[in-house]
Amino acid sequence: MDGEAAGEVVAPGRVAITPAAAEVVERMRARHGPVVFHQSGGCCDGSSPMCFPEGDLIMGPQDVVLGEVAGAGFYMTSAQYRLWEHTHLTVDVVPGRGAGFSLEAPDGIRFLIRSRLLTDDEAASPAAAPVA
Amino acid sequence: MAAYPRPTRGPGPSDFAERYDNFIGGKWVPPVTGEYFDDIAPLTGQPFTKIARSTAADVDLALDAAHDAFPAWSRTSAAQRALMMNKIADRIEENLEALAVAECWENGKAVRECLAADLPLAVDHWRYFAAAIRAQEGSAGVIDEDMVAYHFHEPLGVVGQIIPWNFPILMATWKIAPALAAGNCVVLKPAEQTPWSILKVMELIADLLPDGVLNVVNGFGAEAGKPLASSDRVAKVAFTGETTTGRLIMQYASANIIPVTLELGGKSPNVFCADVMREDDAFLDKALEGFTMFALNQGEVCTCPSRALVHESIYDEFMERATRRTEAIVSGDPLDPATMIGAQASNDQLEKVMSYFDIGREEGATVRTGGGRRTVPSDDGAYDGGYYVEPTIFEGSNSMRVFQEEIFGPVVSVTRFSDTDDALRIANDTLYGLGAGVWSRDGNTAYRLGRGIQAGRVWTNNYHAYPAGAAFGGYKASGIGRENHKMMLDHYQQTKNLLVSYSPDKLGFF
Repeated sequence: MDGEAAGEVVAPGRVAITPAAAEVVERMRARHGPVVFHQSGGCCDGSSPMCFPEGDLIMGPQDVVLGEVAGAGFYMTSAQYRLWEHTHLTVDVVPGRGAGFSLEAPDGIRFLIRSRLLTDDEAASPAAAPVA
Repeated sequence: MAAYPRPTRGPGPSDFAERYDNFIGGKWVPPVTGEYFDDIAPLTGQPFTKIARSTAADVDLALDAAHDAFPAWSRTSAAQRALMMNKIADRIEENLEALAVAECWENGKAVRECLAADLPLAVDHWRYFAAAIRAQEGSAGVIDEDMVAYHFHEPLGVVGQIIPWNFPILMATWKIAPALAAGNCVVLKPAEQTPWSILKVMELIADLLPDGVLNVVNGFGAEAGKPLASSDRVAKVAFTGETTTGRLIMQYASANIIPVTLELGGKSPNVFCADVMREDDAFLDKALEGFTMFALNQGEVCTCPSRALVHESIYDEFMERATRRTEAIVSGDPLDPATMIGAQASNDQLEKVMSYFDIGREEGATVRTGGGRRTVPSDDGAYDGGYYVEPTIFEGSNSMRVFQEEIFGPVVSVTRFSDTDDALRIANDTLYGLGAGVWSRDGNTAYRLGRGIQAGRVWTNNYHAYPAGAAFGGYKASGIGRENHKMMLDHYQQTKNLLVSYSPDKLGFF
């Protein structure tokens, strides 16, 4: 998380990415430089992860970083994470159209979250030490 | 009545051209890069036309045109502006059926809804703000015998508006009408899912407004929306969409020190008190329809009543009837006025809804009805690739993710409550606060619930009505500002105060 803003790693191993989505992250990085994800809520294109150039969205103390996928930090607000912390997330990509200001949309694709419940082992695993 | 014919390439009022440029300075202007993107029909999953893929250079052209137009437009009288707006309303009304079919085709919604709601509401909205600006007055405050504070309303200037895809024409109207009424010029960035239907409106009304007063630039959020929202040449940004982009827009606005209004969605509770079942009458019938409103517009409504809270004493019987009502929703060709539900607006929306079916089941929510994709048969199989979802009822508890996140599909998550306090606790246990519904035969109960729910709009013994004149906007993470009410003029105006002394005497300080 070098150079990234506030946020502590709260869910190591609880966010993953599919190979297809990882390829898109690489493509976005080649085009735009380092990128991050921020999980969006609310209407329209919400409830999906937004992919932005790193530093574009200013992260603050209200955000946590769950971990890193394909070299990109995965953030959400701590208020939302409290509602999500019992689930394991996988960033996937599907054909789509429209995504707020997320970077991948012009390619006719959209990042999407697939979720499952944590296994008992995952749920029991200790959280990593907070990262400043 | 038979289904409307599908729009096709051609000159018909609901038909489409090969491609569409931006509308800038009263003219159709090709995108600077010369690139276009596909507009996809959700009913079929197939592209049908091409739309300008704009970038910062196109946004700049639109801002140039808007700034050129502003000095003259800002000096027009309220009567002149109102007259133009009333003419726009008339023009849309004269073409209501054609626009309804176009919007159905592009957005995927059932045409009955465009005919009965989207378009008539848009027409009325223009008329409402035409009337509101005529009736607006400044004020003269007498501070003391020698001093008067005059207050004048002045337009902000050139404003940027980024609109959503769920009601392409109505949401554009909600933002454009008050801005123009107040004397601003507009650069509008429609959603990339639905860029075409508003262009059909522009074709119809282009001659009614001076060049440059209203400009439409299409493209993707990252390529066209961001340059508009971050431009130092806009005096205000209005946005409807999701929370993360809303945050970005506030952030850009902070760099320019300009105001924003944001409408960011919700997870609206619809509360059914025990007395709803006291009689089997018209009111109960209305309440059951109110429950089923979660499927209106395929659930693609910021205020979708996507959580239903049902009193435990009536739960089983109410839910039996509510389920029957839901299963009676008529599926079919969305261009058939008898069809009650259409397609989700895009493939990613369909995929998102399906992903919530997965996590809902994993979390232990029970699927009472629905829970999968829906097929719409047609003679030629054209709708086989469309984005159709079954109206779906989940039962579970409010901590589940299907109770906490906006799915934007025809999905309701239902739980029980024991008393008024319990209902308020559950209703308010959400990050959002846009809409809510309260159903009770007892005025006191309905009032307490309505005041207690932290949401900007509490429909009481009705749901999903959007009359102009009823303020609409969010508490909590649902946004900032209000729409759909004359108070919105204030969101598009500066207050000029002339503080005038009528005394010949100096103060005596120096």
